[in-house]
Amino acid sequence: MSANGSPTRAEVCAIACAEAWRGDGEIVASPIGTVPTIGARLAALTFEPDLVLTDGDALMTAEPLPVGAPADAPRVVEGWLPFGKMFDLLWWGRRHVMMGATQVDRFGNQNIACIGPWQKPKAMLLGVRGAPGNTVNHTTSYWVPNHSPRAFVENVDFVSGVGYDRVPASAAVHEIRVVVSNLGVFDFDTPDHSMRVRSVHPGVTADEVQEATGFPLTANGDVAETRVPTDEELRLIRDVIDPSSMRDAEVKS
Amino acid sequence: MADKRTTEAEVVAELRDGMTIGIGGWGSRRKPMSIVREILRSQLRDLTVVSYGGPDVGMLCAAGKVKKVVYGFVSLDSIPLEPHFRAARQSGSIEAMEVDEGMLQWGLRAAAMRISFLPCRAGLGSSVMEVNPSLKTVRSPYDDSEELVAMPALPLDVALIHANRADARGNGQYLGPDWFFDDLFCMAAEKAFMSCERIVDTADLLKEGSEQTLMINRMMSDGIVEAPGGARFTSCAPDYARDEELQREYATTPWEEFGPRWLEMS
Repeated sequence: MSANGSPTRAEVCAIACAEAWRGDGEIVASPIGTVPTIGARLAALTFEPDLVLTDGDALMTAEPLPVGAPADAPRVVEGWLPFGKMFDLLWWGRRHVMMGATQVDRFGNQNIACIGPWQKPKAMLLGVRGAPGNTVNHTTSYWVPNHSPRAFVENVDFVSGVGYDRVPASAAVHEIRVVVSNLGVFDFDTPDHSMRVRSVHPGVTADEVQEATGFPLTANGDVAETRVPTDEELRLIRDVIDPSSMRDAEVKS
Repeated sequence: MADKRTTEAEVVAELRDGMTIGIGGWGSRRKPMSIVREILRSQLRDLTVVSYGGPDVGMLCAAGKVKKVVYGFVSLDSIPLEPHFRAARQSGSIEAMEVDEGMLQWGLRAAAMRISFLPCRAGLGSSVMEVNPSLKTVRSPYDDSEELVAMPALPLDVALIHANRADARGNGQYLGPDWFFDDLFCMAAEKAFMSCERIVDTADLLKEGSEQTLMINRMMSDGIVEAPGGARFTSCAPDYARDEELQREYATTPWEEFGPRWLEMS
Protein backbone atom coordinates (compact mmCIF):
# COMPACT_ATOMS: atom_id res chain seq x y z
CA MET A 1 0.00 0.00 0.00
CA SER A 2 1.27 3.48 -0.83
CA ALA A 3 2.02 5.71 2.10
CA ASN A 4 -0.53 8.27 0.94
CA GLY A 5 -3.23 5.70 0.51
CA SER A 6 -3.36 6.04 -3.28
CA PRO A 7 -3.75 2.79 -5.19
CA THR A 8 -0.71 0.64 -5.86
CA ARG A 9 -0.06 -1.10 -9.16
CA ALA A 10 -1.19 -4.39 -7.60
CA GLU A 11 -4.48 -2.79 -6.62
CA VAL A 12 -5.00 -1.41 -10.12
CA CYS A 13 -4.28 -4.89 -11.48
CA ALA A 14 -6.90 -6.30 -9.10
CA ILE A 15 -9.47 -3.87 -10.50
CA ALA A 16 -8.48 -4.77 -14.05
CA CYS A 17 -8.95 -8.46 -13.20
CA ALA A 18 -12.30 -7.78 -11.52
CA GLU A 19 -13.50 -5.97 -14.65
CA ALA A 20 -12.87 -9.14 -16.67
CA TRP A 21 -15.92 -10.75 -15.03
CA ARG A 22 -18.22 -7.73 -15.50
CA GLY A 23 -21.50 -8.81 -17.06
CA ASP A 24 -20.91 -12.52 -16.53
CA GLY A 25 -23.82 -13.02 -14.12
CA GLU A 26 -24.46 -16.40 -12.54
CA ILE A 27 -21.45 -18.44 -13.66
CA VAL A 28 -18.47 -19.76 -11.75
CA ALA A 29 -15.40 -17.53 -11.68
CA SER A 30 -12.17 -19.54 -11.62
CA PRO A 31 -9.26 -17.22 -10.92
CA ILE A 32 -5.74 -18.73 -10.85
CA GLY A 33 -3.26 -16.64 -8.86
CA THR A 34 -3.54 -14.09 -6.07
CA VAL A 35 -4.44 -10.94 -8.01
CA PRO A 36 -7.07 -12.64 -10.20
CA THR A 37 -8.56 -14.16 -7.03
CA ILE A 38 -8.77 -10.72 -5.42
CA GLY A 39 -10.36 -9.47 -8.64
CA ALA A 40 -13.04 -12.16 -8.79
CA ARG A 41 -13.95 -11.71 -5.13
CA LEU A 42 -14.02 -7.93 -5.53
CA ALA A 43 -16.33 -8.24 -8.56
CA ALA A 44 -18.66 -10.49 -6.55
CA LEU A 45 -18.72 -8.02 -3.64
CA THR A 46 -19.48 -5.05 -5.86
CA PHE A 47 -20.81 -4.98 -9.42
CA GLU A 48 -21.21 -8.72 -10.17
CA PRO A 49 -23.05 -10.09 -7.11
CA ASP A 50 -24.36 -13.25 -8.82
CA LEU A 51 -20.88 -14.61 -9.62
CA VAL A 52 -20.26 -18.03 -8.11
CA LEU A 53 -17.01 -18.25 -6.13
CA THR A 54 -15.09 -21.17 -4.71
CA ASP A 55 -12.62 -21.51 -1.88
CA GLY A 56 -10.00 -22.44 -4.49
CA ASP A 57 -10.71 -26.06 -3.62
CA ALA A 58 -13.93 -28.08 -3.85
CA LEU A 59 -16.38 -25.79 -2.06
CA MET A 60 -18.55 -22.97 -3.40
CA THR A 61 -18.52 -20.14 -0.90
CA ALA A 62 -21.51 -17.83 -0.47
CA GLU A 63 -19.31 -15.03 0.92
CA PRO A 64 -15.90 -14.21 -0.55
CA LEU A 65 -13.07 -15.50 1.62
CA PRO A 66 -9.94 -13.45 2.24
CA VAL A 67 -7.09 -14.65 -0.02
CA GLY A 68 -4.72 -17.00 1.78
CA ALA A 69 -7.38 -17.92 4.36
CA PRO A 70 -6.36 -21.08 6.20
CA ALA A 71 -8.16 -24.29 5.29
CA ASP A 72 -10.08 -24.25 8.56
CA ALA A 73 -11.17 -20.60 8.33
CA PRO A 74 -14.94 -20.25 8.76
CA ARG A 75 -16.89 -20.04 5.52
CA VAL A 76 -20.48 -20.15 4.34
CA VAL A 77 -20.67 -23.09 1.92
CA GLU A 78 -23.36 -22.91 -0.74
CA GLY A 79 -22.26 -25.74 -2.99
CA TRP A 80 -19.83 -28.49 -3.82
CA LEU A 81 -17.52 -28.51 -6.81
CA PRO A 82 -14.97 -31.33 -6.73
CA PHE A 83 -12.88 -31.69 -9.89
CA GLY A 84 -15.29 -34.15 -11.51
CA LYS A 85 -18.17 -31.68 -11.08
CA MET A 86 -15.93 -28.82 -12.24
CA PHE A 87 -15.22 -30.71 -15.47
CA ASP A 88 -18.97 -31.24 -15.99
CA LEU A 89 -19.52 -27.56 -15.38
CA LEU A 90 -16.82 -26.36 -17.74
CA TRP A 91 -18.22 -28.55 -20.51
CA TRP A 92 -21.59 -27.03 -19.71
CA GLY A 93 -20.00 -23.63 -20.33
CA ARG A 94 -21.01 -21.82 -17.13
CA ARG A 95 -17.51 -20.70 -16.29
CA HIS A 96 -14.99 -17.92 -16.92
CA VAL A 97 -11.46 -18.85 -15.97
CA MET A 98 -8.52 -16.48 -15.63
CA MET A 99 -5.40 -18.61 -16.04
CA GLY A 100 -1.73 -17.73 -15.94
CA ALA A 101 0.31 -17.69 -19.14
CA THR A 102 4.03 -18.30 -19.29
CA GLN A 103 3.71 -17.23 -22.94
CA VAL A 104 0.85 -15.56 -24.79
CA ASP A 105 0.93 -14.54 -28.44
CA ARG A 106 -0.76 -11.88 -30.56
CA PHE A 107 -3.79 -14.07 -31.27
CA GLY A 108 -4.22 -15.14 -27.68
CA ASN A 109 -2.65 -18.58 -27.83
CA GLN A 110 -1.37 -19.43 -24.35
CA ASN A 111 1.41 -21.73 -23.18
CA ILE A 112 1.87 -23.23 -19.73
CA ALA A 113 3.26 -26.56 -20.95
CA CYS A 114 6.93 -26.14 -21.84
CA ILE A 115 9.59 -23.85 -23.30
CA GLY A 116 11.44 -25.17 -26.32
CA PRO A 117 10.49 -28.26 -28.32
CA TRP A 118 7.88 -30.42 -26.55
CA GLN A 119 9.73 -33.64 -27.42
CA LYS A 120 12.67 -32.52 -25.28
CA PRO A 121 11.82 -29.21 -23.61
CA LYS A 122 14.39 -26.67 -22.54
CA ALA A 123 12.11 -26.05 -19.58
CA MET A 124 9.22 -28.33 -18.69
CA LEU A 125 6.44 -26.34 -17.05
CA LEU A 126 3.08 -27.52 -15.66
CA GLY A 127 1.65 -29.36 -18.63
CA VAL A 128 -1.41 -28.14 -20.54
CA ARG A 129 -3.72 -28.66 -17.54
CA GLY A 130 -7.28 -27.72 -18.57
CA ALA A 131 -6.35 -24.98 -21.03
CA PRO A 132 -7.25 -26.83 -24.27
CA GLY A 133 -10.72 -27.69 -22.97
CA ASN A 134 -11.34 -24.36 -21.25
CA THR A 135 -10.69 -22.32 -24.38
CA VAL A 136 -13.14 -24.24 -26.59
CA ASN A 137 -15.86 -24.50 -23.96
CA HIS A 138 -16.15 -21.16 -22.15
CA THR A 139 -14.71 -17.69 -21.75
CA THR A 140 -11.05 -17.51 -20.79
CA SER A 141 -8.82 -14.63 -19.70
CA TYR A 142 -5.14 -14.54 -18.78
CA TRP A 143 -3.06 -12.91 -16.09
CA VAL A 144 0.64 -12.14 -16.64
CA PRO A 145 2.25 -10.46 -13.63
CA ASN A 146 5.58 -9.87 -15.40
CA HIS A 147 4.96 -8.29 -18.80
CA SER A 148 8.05 -8.85 -20.97
CA PRO A 149 8.99 -9.90 -24.50
CA ARG A 150 9.59 -13.39 -23.09
CA ALA A 151 5.96 -13.62 -22.00
CA PHE A 152 4.30 -11.71 -24.87
CA VAL A 153 5.76 -13.58 -27.82
CA GLU A 154 5.18 -13.66 -31.57
CA ASN A 155 4.46 -17.41 -31.42
CA VAL A 156 4.06 -19.56 -28.33
CA ASP A 157 6.27 -22.64 -28.14
CA PHE A 158 3.26 -24.84 -27.39
CA VAL A 159 -0.44 -24.05 -27.73
CA SER A 160 -2.10 -25.00 -24.44
CA GLY A 161 -4.98 -22.50 -24.57
CA VAL A 162 -6.33 -21.98 -28.09
CA GLY A 163 -6.13 -18.49 -29.61
CA TYR A 164 -8.18 -16.74 -32.28
CA ASP A 165 -6.15 -18.00 -35.25
CA ARG A 166 -6.69 -21.66 -34.32
CA VAL A 167 -10.33 -21.83 -33.23
CA PRO A 168 -11.76 -25.20 -34.27
CA ALA A 169 -15.08 -25.17 -36.14
CA SER A 170 -16.67 -27.26 -33.41
CA ALA A 171 -15.71 -25.05 -30.47
CA ALA A 172 -18.77 -24.61 -28.25
CA VAL A 173 -17.74 -20.97 -27.84
CA HIS A 174 -14.42 -19.20 -28.08
CA GLU A 175 -13.68 -15.97 -26.25
CA ILE A 176 -10.36 -14.78 -24.94
CA ARG A 177 -11.81 -11.79 -23.17
CA VAL A 178 -8.74 -10.01 -21.82
CA VAL A 179 -5.12 -10.44 -20.95
CA VAL A 180 -4.29 -8.46 -17.83
CA SER A 181 -0.63 -7.74 -17.12
CA ASN A 182 1.23 -5.59 -14.63
CA LEU A 183 1.40 -2.92 -17.37
CA GLY A 184 -2.06 -2.89 -18.88
CA VAL A 185 -5.16 -4.62 -20.20
CA PHE A 186 -5.24 -6.19 -23.65
CA ASP A 187 -8.02 -7.60 -25.79
CA PHE A 188 -8.70 -8.94 -29.27
CA ASP A 189 -11.49 -6.60 -30.41
CA THR A 190 -9.81 -5.94 -33.76
CA PRO A 191 -10.83 -6.99 -37.29
CA ASP A 192 -8.34 -9.89 -37.36
CA HIS A 193 -8.54 -10.64 -33.61
CA SER A 194 -4.93 -9.61 -33.05
CA MET A 195 -4.04 -8.21 -29.65
CA ARG A 196 -4.48 -4.52 -28.94
CA VAL A 197 -4.07 -2.37 -25.87
CA ARG A 198 -7.38 -1.77 -24.17
CA SER A 199 -5.81 0.35 -21.44
CA VAL A 200 -2.48 1.06 -19.79
CA HIS A 201 -2.21 1.23 -16.04
CA PRO A 202 -1.64 4.69 -14.52
CA GLY A 203 2.04 5.61 -14.83
CA VAL A 204 2.65 3.34 -17.83
CA THR A 205 3.00 4.65 -21.39
CA ALA A 206 1.93 2.95 -24.59
CA ASP A 207 5.57 3.00 -25.72
CA GLU A 208 6.69 1.13 -22.61
CA VAL A 209 4.05 -1.51 -23.25
CA GLN A 210 5.10 -1.95 -26.89
CA GLU A 211 8.74 -2.20 -25.85
CA ALA A 212 7.90 -4.96 -23.39
CA THR A 213 5.92 -6.87 -26.02
CA GLY A 214 7.53 -9.27 -28.51
CA PHE A 215 5.19 -8.44 -31.41
CA PRO A 216 3.55 -5.28 -32.74
CA LEU A 217 0.38 -4.52 -30.83
CA THR A 218 -2.47 -3.56 -33.14
CA ALA A 219 -3.10 0.18 -33.15
CA ASN A 220 -5.97 1.43 -31.07
CA GLY A 221 -6.08 5.20 -31.47
CA ASP A 222 -5.77 6.98 -28.16
CA VAL A 223 -5.04 4.40 -25.50
CA ALA A 224 -7.18 4.68 -22.40
CA GLU A 225 -5.96 4.47 -18.83
CA THR A 226 -7.06 1.57 -16.63
CA ARG A 227 -9.53 2.86 -14.08
CA VAL A 228 -8.34 3.14 -10.51
CA PRO A 229 -10.26 1.60 -7.62
CA THR A 230 -12.93 3.63 -5.86
CA ASP A 231 -12.46 4.34 -2.15
CA GLU A 232 -14.91 1.54 -1.36
CA GLU A 233 -13.07 -0.90 -3.63
CA LEU A 234 -9.76 0.04 -2.01
CA ARG A 235 -11.25 -0.60 1.41
CA LEU A 236 -12.56 -3.99 0.30
CA ILE A 237 -9.19 -4.97 -1.17
CA ARG A 238 -7.14 -3.77 1.79
CA ASP A 239 -9.37 -4.64 4.73
CA VAL A 240 -11.61 -7.48 3.56
CA ILE A 241 -10.19 -9.48 0.66
CA ASP A 242 -6.41 -9.20 1.07
CA PRO A 243 -5.66 -7.91 4.57
CA SER A 244 -2.22 -9.57 4.57
CA SER A 245 -1.17 -7.83 1.32
CA MET A 246 -0.44 -11.03 -0.59
CA ARG A 247 -0.98 -8.97 -3.76
CA ASP A 248 2.33 -7.19 -3.24
CA ALA A 249 4.24 -10.45 -3.62
CA GLU A 250 2.73 -10.93 -7.09
CA VAL A 251 3.04 -7.35 -8.39
CA LYS A 252 5.84 -5.10 -7.22
CA SER A 253 4.96 -1.46 -6.65
CA MET B 1 -16.70 -63.02 2.35
CA ALA B 2 -13.23 -62.44 0.98
CA ASP B 3 -10.77 -60.70 3.26
CA LYS B 4 -8.79 -58.45 0.92
CA ARG B 5 -6.30 -57.20 3.48
CA THR B 6 -2.78 -57.23 2.16
CA THR B 7 0.51 -55.31 2.39
CA GLU B 8 2.42 -52.89 0.21
CA ALA B 9 5.02 -55.58 -0.50
CA GLU B 10 2.35 -58.06 -1.62
CA VAL B 11 0.76 -55.43 -3.87
CA VAL B 12 4.06 -54.61 -5.52
CA ALA B 13 4.79 -58.32 -5.96
CA GLU B 14 1.78 -58.38 -8.31
CA LEU B 15 3.29 -55.75 -10.59
CA ARG B 16 5.45 -56.57 -13.61
CA ASP B 17 7.94 -54.66 -15.71
CA GLY B 18 6.27 -52.68 -18.49
CA MET B 19 2.85 -52.52 -16.85
CA THR B 20 0.55 -49.51 -17.15
CA ILE B 21 -0.15 -48.23 -13.65
CA GLY B 22 -2.82 -45.63 -12.86
CA ILE B 23 -2.33 -43.66 -9.65
CA GLY B 24 -5.26 -41.87 -7.99
CA GLY B 25 -5.29 -38.61 -6.09
CA TRP B 26 -4.49 -35.23 -7.66
CA GLY B 27 -1.22 -33.28 -7.65
CA SER B 28 0.12 -33.51 -4.13
CA ARG B 29 -3.17 -34.71 -2.62
CA ARG B 30 -4.18 -38.16 -1.34
CA LYS B 31 -1.54 -40.12 -3.23
CA PRO B 32 -0.86 -43.77 -2.26
CA MET B 33 2.70 -42.88 -1.29
CA SER B 34 3.43 -45.94 0.85
CA ILE B 35 2.74 -48.18 -2.16
CA VAL B 36 4.80 -45.86 -4.38
CA ARG B 37 7.62 -46.21 -1.85
CA GLU B 38 7.44 -49.98 -2.15
CA ILE B 39 7.70 -49.67 -5.96
CA LEU B 40 10.80 -47.54 -5.46
CA ARG B 41 12.31 -50.34 -3.37
CA SER B 42 11.55 -52.94 -6.04
CA GLN B 43 13.38 -53.93 -9.21
CA LEU B 44 10.41 -52.88 -11.36
CA ARG B 45 11.10 -50.83 -14.48
CA ASP B 46 9.63 -49.54 -17.75
CA LEU B 47 6.31 -48.60 -16.15
CA THR B 48 3.77 -46.45 -17.93
CA VAL B 49 2.25 -44.16 -15.30
CA VAL B 50 -1.17 -42.53 -15.79
CA SER B 51 -1.78 -39.82 -13.23
CA TYR B 52 -3.06 -36.39 -12.27
CA GLY B 53 0.56 -36.17 -11.38
CA GLY B 54 2.37 -35.13 -8.24
CA PRO B 55 5.30 -36.54 -6.30
CA ASP B 56 4.18 -40.06 -7.25
CA VAL B 57 5.26 -39.32 -10.82
CA GLY B 58 8.32 -37.33 -9.73
CA MET B 59 9.71 -40.06 -7.47
CA LEU B 60 9.10 -42.85 -9.97
CA CYS B 61 10.88 -40.78 -12.63
CA ALA B 62 13.76 -39.96 -10.29
CA ALA B 63 14.21 -43.64 -9.44
CA GLY B 64 14.28 -44.68 -13.10
CA LYS B 65 11.08 -46.74 -12.93
CA VAL B 66 9.28 -44.96 -15.73
CA LYS B 67 9.16 -45.52 -19.46
CA LYS B 68 6.22 -43.21 -20.16
CA VAL B 69 3.97 -40.77 -18.33
CA VAL B 70 0.38 -40.02 -19.39
CA TYR B 71 -0.66 -36.73 -17.75
CA GLY B 72 -2.43 -33.41 -18.00
CA PHE B 73 -0.06 -31.83 -15.51
CA VAL B 74 2.50 -32.82 -12.91
CA SER B 75 2.64 -30.45 -9.93
CA LEU B 76 3.24 -30.35 -6.19
CA ASP B 77 0.42 -27.76 -5.81
CA SER B 78 2.14 -25.45 -3.30
CA ILE B 79 5.31 -25.88 -5.37
CA PRO B 80 3.95 -25.54 -8.91
CA LEU B 81 6.67 -27.41 -10.83
CA GLU B 82 7.68 -31.01 -10.04
CA PRO B 83 11.50 -31.02 -10.15
CA HIS B 84 12.16 -34.69 -10.94
CA PHE B 85 9.46 -34.94 -13.58
CA ARG B 86 10.88 -31.80 -15.18
CA ALA B 87 14.37 -33.26 -15.16
CA ALA B 88 13.14 -36.46 -16.78
CA ARG B 89 11.27 -34.57 -19.51
CA GLN B 90 14.14 -32.16 -20.12
CA SER B 91 16.70 -34.95 -20.42
CA GLY B 92 14.41 -36.84 -22.79
CA SER B 93 14.69 -39.95 -20.62
CA ILE B 94 10.95 -40.65 -20.60
CA GLU B 95 8.20 -40.81 -23.19
CA ALA B 96 5.16 -38.64 -22.66
CA MET B 97 1.52 -38.40 -23.61
CA GLU B 98 0.31 -34.94 -22.60
CA VAL B 99 -3.42 -34.28 -22.79
CA ASP B 100 -6.00 -31.93 -21.31
CA GLU B 101 -7.12 -32.85 -17.77
CA GLY B 102 -10.61 -33.55 -19.06
CA MET B 103 -9.26 -35.74 -21.87
CA LEU B 104 -7.46 -37.81 -19.25
CA GLN B 105 -10.73 -38.29 -17.40
CA TRP B 106 -12.43 -39.24 -20.67
CA GLY B 107 -9.71 -41.83 -21.42
CA LEU B 108 -10.22 -43.43 -18.01
CA ARG B 109 -13.99 -43.31 -18.39
CA ALA B 110 -13.84 -44.91 -21.85
CA ALA B 111 -11.70 -47.71 -20.41
CA ALA B 112 -14.13 -48.09 -17.52
CA MET B 113 -17.01 -48.29 -20.04
CA ARG B 114 -15.06 -50.79 -22.16
CA ILE B 115 -15.37 -48.69 -25.29
CA SER B 116 -12.42 -47.59 -27.41
CA PHE B 117 -12.93 -43.80 -27.19
CA LEU B 118 -15.14 -40.98 -26.04
CA PRO B 119 -15.67 -37.78 -28.05
CA CYS B 120 -14.84 -34.37 -26.64
CA ARG B 121 -13.98 -30.86 -27.75
CA ALA B 122 -10.95 -30.53 -25.48
CA GLY B 123 -7.72 -30.73 -27.44
CA LEU B 124 -9.00 -29.33 -30.75
CA GLY B 125 -6.90 -26.41 -31.94
CA SER B 126 -4.19 -26.99 -29.35
CA SER B 127 -0.73 -28.49 -29.79
CA VAL B 128 -1.97 -31.57 -27.95
CA MET B 129 -3.19 -32.84 -31.32
CA GLU B 130 0.24 -32.32 -32.89
CA VAL B 131 2.44 -33.96 -30.26
CA ASN B 132 0.18 -36.99 -29.87
CA PRO B 133 0.03 -38.31 -33.43
CA SER B 134 -1.96 -41.29 -32.18
CA LEU B 135 -4.89 -39.00 -31.33
CA LYS B 136 -7.61 -39.13 -33.95
CA THR B 137 -10.75 -37.12 -34.48
CA VAL B 138 -14.25 -38.35 -35.23
CA ARG B 139 -17.13 -36.67 -37.04
CA SER B 140 -20.56 -36.63 -35.48
CA PRO B 141 -22.95 -38.84 -37.47
CA TYR B 142 -25.79 -36.45 -36.61
CA ASP B 143 -26.85 -33.26 -38.35
CA ASP B 144 -24.25 -31.10 -36.61
CA SER B 145 -21.48 -33.25 -38.19
CA GLU B 146 -19.00 -31.65 -35.80
CA GLU B 147 -15.44 -32.88 -35.74
CA LEU B 148 -14.48 -33.93 -32.21
CA VAL B 149 -11.48 -35.51 -30.55
CA ALA B 150 -11.85 -39.28 -30.19
CA MET B 151 -10.08 -39.59 -26.87
CA PRO B 152 -8.81 -43.18 -26.76
CA ALA B 153 -9.52 -45.38 -23.77
CA LEU B 154 -6.67 -45.55 -21.27
CA PRO B 155 -6.92 -49.11 -19.95
CA LEU B 156 -4.76 -49.80 -16.93
CA ASP B 157 -3.14 -52.99 -15.75
CA VAL B 158 -3.27 -51.83 -12.17
CA ALA B 159 -4.76 -48.87 -10.28
CA LEU B 160 -3.33 -47.67 -6.98
CA ILE B 161 -5.37 -45.33 -4.76
CA HIS B 162 -5.43 -44.12 -1.17
CA ALA B 163 -8.66 -43.71 0.82
CA ASN B 164 -9.42 -42.37 4.27
CA ARG B 165 -11.25 -45.49 5.47
CA ALA B 166 -11.93 -48.93 4.08
CA ASP B 167 -13.21 -52.26 5.30
CA ALA B 168 -11.54 -55.65 4.85
CA ARG B 169 -13.97 -56.51 2.03
CA GLY B 170 -12.64 -53.66 -0.10
CA ASN B 171 -15.21 -50.94 0.33
CA GLY B 172 -13.49 -47.56 0.41
CA GLN B 173 -14.45 -44.18 1.82
CA TYR B 174 -13.13 -40.68 1.27
CA LEU B 175 -13.84 -38.09 3.95
CA GLY B 176 -12.29 -35.00 2.36
CA PRO B 177 -13.92 -32.52 -0.03
CA ASP B 178 -12.94 -34.29 -3.29
CA TRP B 179 -12.75 -37.92 -4.34
CA PHE B 180 -10.86 -36.89 -7.49
CA PHE B 181 -11.09 -39.68 -10.12
CA ASP B 182 -10.14 -42.64 -7.95
CA ASP B 183 -13.29 -44.56 -8.86
CA LEU B 184 -12.55 -44.25 -12.58
CA PHE B 185 -8.94 -45.35 -12.05
CA CYS B 186 -10.20 -48.51 -10.36
CA MET B 187 -12.81 -49.24 -13.02
CA ALA B 188 -10.29 -48.65 -15.84
CA ALA B 189 -7.92 -51.23 -14.33
CA GLU B 190 -7.61 -55.00 -14.45
CA LYS B 191 -6.74 -54.91 -10.77
CA ALA B 192 -7.01 -52.15 -8.19
CA PHE B 193 -5.29 -51.83 -4.85
CA MET B 194 -6.33 -49.35 -2.20
CA SER B 195 -4.35 -48.21 0.78
CA CYS B 196 -6.22 -46.43 3.53
CA GLU B 197 -5.64 -44.56 6.75
CA ARG B 198 -7.62 -47.08 8.76
CA ILE B 199 -9.49 -50.31 8.19
CA VAL B 200 -12.79 -50.29 10.05
CA ASP B 201 -15.62 -52.74 10.52
CA THR B 202 -18.13 -52.57 7.68
CA ALA B 203 -20.81 -51.65 10.20
CA ASP B 204 -18.73 -48.62 11.23
CA LEU B 205 -18.25 -47.12 7.75
CA LEU B 206 -21.09 -44.65 8.17
CA LYS B 207 -19.90 -43.46 11.57
CA GLU B 208 -17.60 -40.87 10.03
CA GLY B 209 -19.28 -39.98 6.76
CA SER B 210 -22.55 -40.21 4.84
CA GLU B 211 -23.46 -42.86 2.27
CA GLN B 212 -22.18 -40.50 -0.41
CA THR B 213 -18.63 -40.85 0.90
CA LEU B 214 -18.53 -44.57 0.00
CA MET B 215 -16.74 -43.93 -3.28
CA ILE B 216 -15.20 -47.32 -3.83
CA ASN B 217 -17.32 -50.44 -3.60
CA ARG B 218 -15.77 -53.84 -3.14
CA MET B 219 -16.29 -54.85 -6.79
CA MET B 220 -13.74 -52.16 -7.68
CA SER B 221 -10.90 -53.27 -5.40
CA ASP B 222 -8.70 -56.35 -5.19
CA GLY B 223 -6.55 -55.60 -2.18
CA ILE B 224 -6.65 -53.30 0.84
CA VAL B 225 -3.57 -52.05 2.67
CA GLU B 226 -3.94 -50.40 6.04
CA ALA B 227 -1.41 -47.59 5.86
CA PRO B 228 -1.80 -44.87 8.50
CA GLY B 229 -0.10 -41.78 7.09
CA GLY B 230 0.15 -43.64 3.81
CA ALA B 231 -0.37 -40.52 1.70
CA ARG B 232 2.36 -38.47 3.38
CA PHE B 233 3.82 -36.02 2.47
CA THR B 234 0.81 -35.39 0.27
CA SER B 235 -2.39 -34.23 1.95
CA CYS B 236 -5.15 -36.56 3.10
CA ALA B 237 -7.98 -34.31 4.20
CA PRO B 238 -9.41 -34.39 6.79
CA ASP B 239 -6.93 -36.77 8.42
CA TYR B 240 -3.90 -34.55 7.79
CA ALA B 241 -2.66 -31.64 5.73
CA ARG B 242 0.25 -31.78 3.32
CA ASP B 243 3.63 -31.92 5.10
CA GLU B 244 4.92 -28.78 3.40
CA GLU B 245 8.29 -28.96 5.10
CA LEU B 246 8.99 -32.50 3.94
CA GLN B 247 7.70 -31.67 0.47
CA ARG B 248 10.01 -28.65 0.29
CA GLU B 249 12.91 -30.84 1.35
CA TYR B 250 11.98 -33.39 -1.33
CA ALA B 251 11.78 -30.68 -3.98
CA THR B 252 15.07 -29.03 -3.11
CA THR B 253 17.30 -32.01 -2.27
CA PRO B 254 19.01 -34.13 -4.93
CA TRP B 255 17.21 -37.47 -5.21
CA GLU B 256 20.46 -39.38 -4.55
CA GLU B 257 20.41 -37.80 -1.12
CA PHE B 258 16.67 -37.61 -0.40
CA GLY B 259 15.71 -40.96 -1.94
CA PRO B 260 17.53 -43.25 0.53
CA ARG B 261 16.11 -41.25 3.45
CA TRP B 262 12.63 -41.44 1.96
CA LEU B 263 12.88 -45.21 1.54
CA GLU B 264 13.61 -45.58 5.24
CA MET B 265 10.58 -43.55 6.29
CA SER B 266 7.44 -45.58 6.76
